[in-house]
Amino acid sequence: MNTFLWLVKREFWEHRGGFLRAPIITAAIFLLLNLMGIVTSEVMGRRMGFMGFAGGGNNLHLLARELDKQSMEAVGAGLDLVMYSSTAIIGIVLGFVVFFYCLGALYDDRRDRSILFWKSLPISDTATVLSKVVSATVVAPLIAVIVGALTGIVMLLMFAITLSLHGVSVWHLLSLSHPVQVIANLIGSIPLYVLWALPTVGWLMLCSAWARSKPFLWAVALPVALGIVIGWFNLLGTVNISDAWYWRSVVARILGSVFPGGWFSQVTGVGGDNPAEMLSSLGVLRGYTAMGSLNLWVGVAAAIAMLAGAIWFRRWRDDS
Amino acid sequence: MSAVITANGLGKRYKTALALDNVSFQVEPGRIVGLIGPNGAGKTTALKAILGLTDFSGELNVLGFDPRRQRDRLMGEVCFIADVAVLPRWIRVCEVVDFVAHVHPRFDRRKCEAFLVRTKLQPNQRVRQMSKGMIVQLHLALVMAIDAKLLILDEPTLGLDILYRKQFYQSLLEDYFDENKTIIVTTHQVEEVEHILTDLMFIRDGRIVLDADMDAVGERYIEVMVNADRAEAARALKPLDERQVFGKSIFLFDGVERAQLEAMGETRRPSISDLFVATMKGTYA
Repeated sequence: MNTFLWLVKREFWEHRGGFLRAPIITAAIFLLLNLMGIVTSEVMGRRMGFMGFAGGGNNLHLLARELDKQSMEAVGAGLDLVMYSSTAIIGIVLGFVVFFYCLGALYDDRRDRSILFWKSLPISDTATVLSKVVSATVVAPLIAVIVGALTGIVMLLMFAITLSLHGVSVWHLLSLSHPVQVIANLIGSIPLYVLWALPTVGWLMLCSAWARSKPFLWAVALPVALGIVIGWFNLLGTVNISDAWYWRSVVARILGSVFPGGWFSQVTGVGGDNPAEMLSSLGVLRGYTAMGSLNLWVGVAAAIAMLAGAIWFRRWRDDS
Repeated sequence: MSAVITANGLGKRYKTALALDNVSFQVEPGRIVGLIGPNGAGKTTALKAILGLTDFSGELNVLGFDPRRQRDRLMGEVCFIADVAVLPRWIRVCEVVDFVAHVHPRFDRRKCEAFLVRTKLQPNQRVRQMSKGMIVQLHLALVMAIDAKLLILDEPTLGLDILYRKQFYQSLLEDYFDENKTIIVTTHQVEEVEHILTDLMFIRDGRIVLDADMDAVGERYIEVMVNADRAEAARALKPLDERQVFGKSIFLFDGVERAQLEAMGETRRPSISDLFVATMKGTYA
C-alpha cells in the first residue's frame, strides 16, 4: 500500500501543472473576471445614477429586510449557485486535464523511454496502471473540488464586501447560503465521478498503452470512424444499429465521461422553476440515483475490461 | 553456488529478423560479463529477455525466477541501466531518491546520498537541466545504493566524455562490485571495459560465437608479431587475422600451441577489440 501511495505521489509530481496549477489558474481568472464585473457595475452605476449590479443601496436594504421565507430560500440557493459556478468552470478544465492525462499516462514514458527506468523498479504493471487511474479519478477531482469550493467562498466574500460598502447587512444574506452543504455535495460526488468517468479513463488508457504513436488520433478517430460507418450502413438500411444510440451511449461514454456531472443524464427530473428547486434536483443524493442505471454499470464493466487490456499492453508492449 | 542466469535455447524473432537464434549460456555469480557484438546482433534483445521486458521462446532462469511470469519479484533483485539518459526528464534529484527509497526494499538511502554528495547534482535540480554525464551519475547513484544480485548495463556510457566514462567504471569496481554481485555489460567502447571483465561473450546474428572467461581467452587466442621472412610459415597455421605494422606482420591465432608461436616471434594476448574485429569480419558485408 505504501508503494501505491508513492506511485500516486509520483503522478502528482509529474502532473502538478494539470492537477494543481490548472484549477488554481482557472480560479484566479474566474475571480479576476468577477472582480472586474463588480468594479464595472460600481463605476457604471455611480456614473449613470442607475442601479447597477450592487448599486442602489436603499433598494437592496429594503430587499434584505423584506424577504419572506420563500425568497430567502431562493436567495440562499442563488448564493449556493454562485459557489457551484466556480467549481463548474473548474470542472470543465478538470475534464480536459483528465482526458489528456489519461491519454499520455501510459504513452509519454514509452516515447521518451523513461519507461525503462520505471520498469527497472520492483513495481507491478497493475499497480502502475491503477495508480494512474486513481490519480485521474480521485486525486485530480479532489483537488479541483477543494480549489473550486475555496474560490466559491472567496467570491461570496467579495460580493459580501461590495454590498456592505452600500450599507447592506449582507452577513445576514450570506448566512442564508450553505457553504458546508455545497462542499459536502461536491466531495460526495467524487465516488460517482470515479464510476462515471471509468469508461473514458479505461478507453484512453487502453489507447495510451497500445498506440505506437499518436494515441489521441487513435482514441478519437477509431470510435468516430466506426460511428460514420454505422451511419452509412444505416443509410443503406442494412444494419439496424441506431446512430443516436451509438453516439450517445458509446462515443460520449468513452470520450466525454471525464467531464463531471455527466451522470445526471441518467437521473430523471433534473431542473426546476427556481434556483432552489434546480439545485435540489442536482443534489448529490439525487445524483446517486444514477447508480441504479444500467448505463453506469455497463460502463464500469467495460472499463474494467479495457483497463485489464491496458495492464496487459503495459506489461508486454515492447517498443522501447 | 548456482548460476545467476541459465539460458537454454533462447529464441526471439521480430517481424523482419531473427534477434536470438537458439542461444544457450550460463552466468555464474561474482562475474563481470561483457556481452559484445555489432549493432543489431541481439545484445539488447538478450538483455531484455533477461529483464522480462520482452517475450521469447526457450527456457530462461534468472536468480531462480522466470522473467516472463515473475518479473515483479525478479526486479527486486536485479537492477539495470538501459542505455543512457532514460531517467524521466521532469523529475528532481530529491524526488527520484525519495521515490526509489520508498518503493525499493533494498535501497540504502544513505549510500545514495553519500554518492550524490561527491557530484555536482543539486537536490532540486531536474533531470532536464542536467548534462548526459550528470544523468548517468544520478542513475548510477541510485543503482549503486540498491543491494541487487545482478546489475545489467546496456550501453551505460554511450555519448559520455572520457572523464565520466572512466569515473563510471571506477565507481562500479570500487564501491559496488563484490563476489556476491554479478554485472553484465554491453558496450561498443570495448577498450574501456577490457580490464574489468572476468568473462567475455561475443554475439553475432543472434548467436553466441564466443563464451569464455578472460583467462581462457588469453590461453586460446594469441597474437604474434612475425618478421616478413617468416610470414608464410605463420600463414600456414591459418591465423584468424593478419595485419601489417612497420614492416612486420601481426597474426592472431585461435588455439594454436603457444610454444610453436613463440618460436616465430614475440607473442602477446590480443586486445578484445582486435579479437572482436577478427571474429566479426564480414558482419556487415
